[in-house]
Amino acid sequence: MSHPKEEHHEHHISDGTFTVVYFALLLLTALTVAVARVNLGPLNLYVAMAVATMKAGLVVAYFMHMKYESKLIQMLFFVALLAIFLPYSAVFIDYLHR
Amino acid sequence: MSAHTHPLDLHSDSPHADYVGDKLGFWFFLYTELVLFGGLFLAYFFYHMKYPEAFHHAGAELNVFMGAGNTVVLLTSSLTMVLAVSAIQKGRKGLSLFHLILTIVFALMFMVVKYFEWGAKFHHGLYPGAEELLSREPGQIVFFGLYFVMTGIHGIHVLLGLIALAGIFVLVVQNKIHKNDYAYIENVGLYWHLVDLIWIYLFPLLYLVA
Repeated sequence: MSHPKEEHHEHHISDGTFTVVYFALLLLTALTVAVARVNLGPLNLYVAMAVATMKAGLVVAYFMHMKYESKLIQMLFFVALLAIFLPYSAVFIDYLHR
Repeated sequence: MSAHTHPLDLHSDSPHADYVGDKLGFWFFLYTELVLFGGLFLAYFFYHMKYPEAFHHAGAELNVFMGAGNTVVLLTSSLTMVLAVSAIQKGRKGLSLFHLILTIVFALMFMVVKYFEWGAKFHHGLYPGAEELLSREPGQIVFFGLYFVMTGIHGIHVLLGLIALAGIFVLVVQNKIHKNDYAYIENVGLYWHLVDLIWIYLFPLLYLVA
C-alpha cells in the first residue's frame, strides 16, 4: 500500500482550464464558418487550415495533455509529426512541379 | 495487505506498473492513425488543386449547418471526456460515470446526424457508382468519393470509440479503473480526442470549400 506514485502523475489541468479551452474551440469554429462566407479566392483554404491547426493545437496541448507531458513524449511527438509531414510534403512538392 | 500481488498485474499500483510505457505505446498507435488519415488528406489536396471549381460546387451540396452542428457535438464530447478522466483522477467515480454517459450520448448524436446526411446524399443519387453522380464532371465524382471514404473511415473510428467508451464505463463501474490506476480511461480519452482532431480538419475541407 505504500508505493509512492511517481512524479509524472502530478500535473493535472483544472476543469476550469478545460472549459476555457472548450469555449475557445467553439469560437474558432464560429470564426472558420464566418470566414468561409467571405470570398478570398484560394486564400480561403489556407485560412481554414490555419484555424483548424490552431484548434488542433489546443486539443493536443490541453485535452491530450501534451503541454504537460515528459520531454520524452513531447520530443517523440515532434519527431513523429515531422516523419509524417516531410514525406507527404515531398510527394506534394513533386506533384506541384510536374 | 496489498490487494495487488499478482505478478502479471502490470496496471494498478503494483510496483511494476509502467505509466509512461502505457502512454507512449498508445501515442505510437495514434501516429499510425495520422499516417492513415494523412494519406487521405494528401489525396484531397491533389484533387482540390486539379479540380478547384468542381470541389467548390460539390462542397456547396453538403449541409454546412449539419457539419457545424456535428463539430460542436464532437468538441463537446471531447470536453466531457476530459472531465470524465479528471473526475476519476480525483476519485469521483459517480461524476466520471456521468461524464462518460454524456460522451457516449454525444457520440451517438454525431452518428445519427451522419446517418441523416449520408441518407440525404443517397436519396439524391450522390453515392459512389450512382448514375446521377457518374453523369457529373470528374472533379465532383472525386469529391464525393473522398467525402464518403474520409467521413466513412472517420465514422468507423467514432463507432470503435463508442465501443471503447462503453468498455471503460464498465471498468469504472467495476472499480477496475480508479484513482490510482487510470491508464485505460486516459488512453481511450486520447483516442477520442484524435477522432475529434481528424474531424476538425475534415469539416472545413469538405463542408466549407464552397
